[in-house]
Amino acid sequence: MLVTRAPRDTLRDAFSVAFTVGTYGVAFGAAGIAAGFSVLQTCLFSLLTFTGASQFAAVGVMAAGGGAISAVAAATMLGTRNALYGLQMAPLVKVKGVRRFFAAHVTIDESTGVALAQTPRGPRAMRYGFWLTGTGVFLFWNVFTLIGALGAKALGNPAAWGLDAAVPAAFLGLLWPRLTSTFLRVVAVSSMVFAMIVTPWLSAGVPIVASVLVAVVFGWRER
Amino acid sequence: MSQTTAWVVVITTSVACFSIKLLGYYVPAGWLAHPRLQRVNALVPISLLSALVVAEGLVSKTSVVIDHRLAGLGVALALLFAKAPFPVVVLGAAVTSAVVYHLH
Repeated sequence: MLVTRAPRDTLRDAFSVAFTVGTYGVAFGAAGIAAGFSVLQTCLFSLLTFTGASQFAAVGVMAAGGGAISAVAAATMLGTRNALYGLQMAPLVKVKGVRRFFAAHVTIDESTGVALAQTPRGPRAMRYGFWLTGTGVFLFWNVFTLIGALGAKALGNPAAWGLDAAVPAAFLGLLWPRLTSTFLRVVAVSSMVFAMIVTPWLSAGVPIVASVLVAVVFGWRER
Repeated sequence: MSQTTAWVVVITTSVACFSIKLLGYYVPAGWLAHPRLQRVNALVPISLLSALVVAEGLVSKTSVVIDHRLAGLGVALALLFAKAPFPVVVLGAAVTSAVVYHLH
């Protein structure tokens, strides 16, 4: 079996990442309910979309009063990095047919990250790292989404419990570890300022999608 | 948000995000290797997440506003600087915001 045959160090890496990230599902479950999605819809996001930042973006845009197109566009653009992960993982996991669909579904930040971190331990450890982390995050993320959704449903008014501030805090928490250089911090602050400036001129939710222009401007030329 | 809209968003987002993941396993490696595409793609999450912080924490409909949420966001920022784990950051923001909300 996947778990019993895996190298112990890889198993430990995969479990600690899967459990920690999985618990963030509570925040997503609560965010989904606060945005007006049902418990079933919120759980389906975690089961079917299964890429955290995109899920948060979709419910975030709807919570901000945005339209469905902005919500889907923001989620899709946030998900494009998964295609690049797939590109790196495909030659490693070497799967065909239905298993390729499973591999694609669990191709996210964490499974790719743990797989790449196993590089010194060889391709076998990398494959275990990918599958264990991917399926582990899937399991914990979905369980904790359900807990968060049911909890938020029981609480009622989102503002009274601070749920409306938990969502932007979650985005800040997702953003924070990515700001690894001064350049990236400049991009982040510029995007925030840009979003504030265009907010009065655009429909709700559109400034989020429009902020991609900032990424295009900063990424256009080689530094 | 109507129930129809909610379902459309859930299903369309899921189909779109899964298709993108699958794309990585089917397209030839060269297609997504263009340096400019890679550079922009690396920055897209940063721009979107930054804009989402603003849209969720500082915006009401189409105006920039300062309310209880900003207090929560300030605490979240302080906790991140203090290297607090993600759940603590989110909880700290929620508690602070709720307190300010009830004081008003």
